[in-house]
Amino acid sequence: MKSAVIVFPASNCDRDMAVALEKIFGEKPAMVWHGEATIPDVDFIALPGGFSYGDYLRSGAMAARSPVMAEVIKRANDGVSVFGVCNGFQVLTESGLLPGALMRNAGLKFICKDAYLKVENNQTRFTNKYEAGEVVRYPVAHHDGNYFADADTLKALEENNQVVYRYVDAEGNATPEANINGSQNNIAGIINKAGNVLGMMPHPERLIEHDLGGDDGRALFESAIAALANA
Amino acid sequence: MTEQTKITPEIVAEHGLTPEEYDLILESMGREPNLTELGIFSVMWSEHCSYKSSKLHLKTLPTEADWVICGPGENAGIIDIGDNQAAIFKMESHNHPSYIEPYQGAATGVGGILRDVFTMGARPVANMNALRFGMPDHPKMPHLISGVVAGIGGYGNCVGVPTVGGETDFDESYNGNILVNAMTVGIADSNKIFYSAAAGVGNPVVYVGSKTGRDGIHGATMASAEFTDDSEEKRPTVQVGDPFTEKLLIEACLELMASDAIVAIQDMGAAGLTSSSVEMASKGGVGFELNLDNVPQREENMTPYEMMLSESQERMLMVLKPGREDFAKAIFEKWDLDFAVIGEITDTGNLTLTFKGEVAADIPVAPLVDKSPEYDRPWNLDADKYEPLFAGDVDGVSDYNQALLKLIGGPNLSSRRWIWEQYDHMVMGDTLGDGRPGGDAALVRVHGTNKALAITTDCTPRYVQAHPIEGGKQAVAETWRNITATGGRPLAITNCLNFGNPERPEIMGQFVGAIQGMGAACKFLEYPVISGNVSLYNETNGKGIKPTPAIGGVGLLADASKRASVNFKREGDIVVLVGETEGHLGASLYLKELFGEERGTPAKVDLAAEKRNGNFVRSIIETGDIDTCHDISGGGLLVTLAEMAMASNMGANITLDGDHGTLFGEDQARYVMAVAADKLDDIQEAAQSTNIPFKVIGTVGGDNLVVTDKVNVAVSDLKNAHESFFPEYFSKHD
Amino acid sequence: MKARVHVTLKAGVLDPQGKAIRHSLGSLGFDGVEKVRQGKYIELDLAETDKDKAMAAVDEMCRKLLANTVIENYSIELD
Repeated sequence: MKSAVIVFPASNCDRDMAVALEKIFGEKPAMVWHGEATIPDVDFIALPGGFSYGDYLRSGAMAARSPVMAEVIKRANDGVSVFGVCNGFQVLTESGLLPGALMRNAGLKFICKDAYLKVENNQTRFTNKYEAGEVVRYPVAHHDGNYFADADTLKALEENNQVVYRYVDAEGNATPEANINGSQNNIAGIINKAGNVLGMMPHPERLIEHDLGGDDGRALFESAIAALANA
Repeated sequence: MTEQTKITPEIVAEHGLTPEEYDLILESMGREPNLTELGIFSVMWSEHCSYKSSKLHLKTLPTEADWVICGPGENAGIIDIGDNQAAIFKMESHNHPSYIEPYQGAATGVGGILRDVFTMGARPVANMNALRFGMPDHPKMPHLISGVVAGIGGYGNCVGVPTVGGETDFDESYNGNILVNAMTVGIADSNKIFYSAAAGVGNPVVYVGSKTGRDGIHGATMASAEFTDDSEEKRPTVQVGDPFTEKLLIEACLELMASDAIVAIQDMGAAGLTSSSVEMASKGGVGFELNLDNVPQREENMTPYEMMLSESQERMLMVLKPGREDFAKAIFEKWDLDFAVIGEITDTGNLTLTFKGEVAADIPVAPLVDKSPEYDRPWNLDADKYEPLFAGDVDGVSDYNQALLKLIGGPNLSSRRWIWEQYDHMVMGDTLGDGRPGGDAALVRVHGTNKALAITTDCTPRYVQAHPIEGGKQAVAETWRNITATGGRPLAITNCLNFGNPERPEIMGQFVGAIQGMGAACKFLEYPVISGNVSLYNETNGKGIKPTPAIGGVGLLADASKRASVNFKREGDIVVLVGETEGHLGASLYLKELFGEERGTPAKVDLAAEKRNGNFVRSIIETGDIDTCHDISGGGLLVTLAEMAMASNMGANITLDGDHGTLFGEDQARYVMAVAADKLDDIQEAAQSTNIPFKVIGTVGGDNLVVTDKVNVAVSDLKNAHESFFPEYFSKHD
Repeated sequence: MKARVHVTLKAGVLDPQGKAIRHSLGSLGFDGVEKVRQGKYIELDLAETDKDKAMAAVDEMCRKLLANTVIENYSIELD
C-alpha cells in the first residue's frame, strides 16, 4: 500500500509512523516536507505526532496553514485516507478537516501512558479488523488532547457514529476516571462524515510489536489494507 | 577599544576572580585587559569551565578501555558498540538555574546536554535525569518539583527524544539547593564523529541556531558561587529554552553532518561564544578572528562583552571547509535557522574580536586554557569515622508489614509514575516495553538492530556522606549492577559530581574520597569514566548538600531478545537470592525512613564479589535461561521483593531466617532472580561450580507477598501505598 | 501602526488553566476571585498606516491563524 507521511518543522513521531507503515504496508512511505505543494499519488496520508512549530500559538495551528495542507485537504476531499495522530489530529481540527478542537488536558500536565480505548465504530476503513466494542490499549503522549466541540457538533458526531475511539477503563466503561484528559464524551478519536479522515490522540503506531509492550495498534493499519483491497 | 572601563579590584572581584588570578591575567596579557577581555578570562577561569579545584583529582580517574573511542575533554564521551556504531553520552548539572526558575532551569539543562551529544554527530536517542529535592514538606518543594519535572518534559517531549529513566531523591540537605542533573545518550556511526578542534587557517567560522540576546550573562560565574538569599534577585539572568529551535537545530546539524563540509563543531554552552571559540581554537592550536557585527542579535545595542558572555540557548559554532558556506547555509535556511559567517581561523594563536571597525578584544588563546589556575585545595578525609551497624545495633520493628508499607510508600522509594508519565518515554519507537521507567535500567534498542543500550543513573548520597570512598565506589557499582540485572554488559560511565564549597577542607575531603572510590570501582570493573561534569559550591548560607556524585552508566545488550526485567513472569518460578547477606544497616534507608536516624557506615563494596556475582547473573540472562532479575539496593531485600511483586501483580512465598538486618540490610553485590523450576538445577550447579552465593528463598505465586511469619501483605495494598505518595502530595500542594 | 490582539476562550468553553489560576490565587489568600479566564495577548507592528485597512487585515489574520474560532473569541485594538 502506498503511503505518505507529512513532516512539519518539529514533527517528532514522523519516523515512528514511517517505521510502522513500512512494517505493515510493506512499502516505505514517502516523507513529504510541509513546504511542498504536492504529494505523491498515495492511498494513505499520515499526519504524525510531534510538536509542530513547538506547539506555539496553539497545537497544530501553524502546521495547519502550511503549504502542503492545501494538498492534503484536496486529497481528503477526493476520498484518500487521511490519518492524523496526536499533533496530526490537532492539525486536522485546526485545518477544518475534522470538527472540534483539542485543548489543554484537564489535569494541565503532559501525559504519557498506556490508555484503554473502546473501538466504538468498527465499520470504518481504519478499524474493520477490530471487533465492535473491542477494548484496545494504545499509548498516549500529549499535553493538548482534551477534545471540545459545541453541543450541536457533539450530537451530530454521536448520531453519525463518527466517534471511533473513546477512553475507557480496562473493562470498557467510559468512566470519568478513564477520561485521561477531560475530553467531552471521553472522545479519543473521530472520523469525518465521509469516513476517510480519522484523527485520534492515542498512538497506535507505538504499539505494533511485543518488544515495545504490545501490538494492539497493528490492526488499525491492517484495516486500511483490507479496506483498500475491498474497495 | 569600545569599552574604556578602568579595571578596578572591585570589578575583578565581581567577576569572581581573586587578586592572584588577576595577576596571572596581567602576566598572560602583558597589559591590562579591557572589560570584554576580563569577562572572557572570568568565564574561562570559572570553576564551571576550568575545573580549577577538581582537575588535580579528576586526572586520577581511569578513562581508557579498548572500547573507548573518546574519553573526557570533548563535548561528550564516546564508546564503540560494534557494527561501526558508537554511543555518545554525558551528564551535566543545571542546579542553580533550576532553583531560581525550575521550569526554564531544568529545560535548558536538557537542551544543553542534548547539544553536547548531537554536536559530535550523534542522534540523541535517550534522556535521563538525576534529581535531588529537599524535604517534601519544605514550602518551596512543590513548586520546585513540579517546575523541574514540567521543564524536563516540556523540552524533551518537544524535541522528540524519549526521557527513559532516572532517579529522584529527597533529603533535607537539598532544601536550599536542589540538584538537576541531565544525561543524554546518542548514537552515531563510528566513522562519522565530529570533534571540536579547529583547523585550517582561513577557514570560515560559522554561527548557527538562535540569535544572541542578553540571556544568562554571568550564568557561568553564578554556577560557581555559593547561594545566598539574595540570589533570587538574579532571576532575570536565567535563560529561556526554545525546544522547537533545538529540534530544528538537531535536524539541520545532522543533515549537514551527512556531508563532508564540517571541519569542527562545538555547541555554545555555558559562557556561549567565549568558551566555544576558545576551546575550538585551543584544541586546534590556532587563532580565531571574529567580527561581532555579524553575530545574529536578538536585542539592540549589544556590546562585545554581552555578546561574548551571553548564554542564549540553541546556538552552535562551526568551522567549515572553504567554499562550503553556501551549501551549509541552504540547509540551515531550509530549517529556518540563523546562519552567519562571523570570522575565520588565523595563525596568530589569538582570539581577536572586532566590533564596529575596532578591535574589541585580543587575547592569546593558550593561556586562557593552559594557564588557568589549578588548585590543590586542602582536604580532610576521615572515612572510617563510623562503625558498621547490624541488627543488634539498631531497633527492630514489631510489624514488618507496616514497616514495608511505610518504606515503599515514603518519598524515597515510592513510585515515580507521577514524574515519568509527564515525560514522553516512548517516542522514537525503541524504548523496550519492559525497559520503560521503573526497571533497573532503561533499555533502548539501537534503531534498526537487535542490540539495545541499558542506561541508568545512580548515587546514594547517604553512603557518600558517611564514607566518601565506599560511597563513591557504591555509586559506580550500583550502575554496573543495574545494567547487569537487565542482561547488559556495562561499558562506561559519565558522572556529575555535585558537592559543596571546595574551599572547606571537609567538603574537599568528601570530593577526594568519592573520586578515590569511583576510580577504584571503575578500574576494577573495567568501566571507565568517559565524560562528566563537576558542580561545586552547592551550599546555601554555609550549609552544604550531601555529597552527590551522580553516575550515569551505559551498557550494551548484544542481543536484546535475551534480557531480564524486574517483574515476575510466571507463577511457580523459583525465587533465588544471589550474593552474601550480612545485614548491614549502617546509613540505610531503614534507619532513615523508619527511625529518622542517619548513623553508621554503609556496607562495604567488595568489588571482587560485585564482579563475580554480576558476571554470573549476566551470563545466565545471556543464555536466555532467566528473564526476571532485580538488583538489591536502598531498602534491602524485602523492598526488592516487593518491587518485583508490584511490577507483576503477583505475590511470592518466601522463606527466610533472620531479622530486620536480613530483610532491610543494604549489603552490596546482590540480586534477586526468578527462575523457571525446570531450569533451577542447571543454574544452581553453575553457581556452585563458580562459588557464587546462591540461595533458593521461595516461589512466585498468590496475591500476597509472604515472608515466613514476618510479612504477609496483599500486593494490591503494596501498590496502593507505593503509588499514592506523589498524587497525594500534589493534591495537597497544587 | 500597532495592533493589539486579545484572544480569549468563548463563554462555555472549559478553561482548566483559568481554573487552576483561580485555585492558586485562593491558596495565596486572594479569596475574592470568583472566576478566572485566561487568554493570549499578541502585539503586531504593522507597516499599514490606514486604520480601516489595518483592521481588515488583522481581522483576517485572527480568523485564519491567531484565533481558533471554534473555541476562541478575539478583539483588536489599533493605535
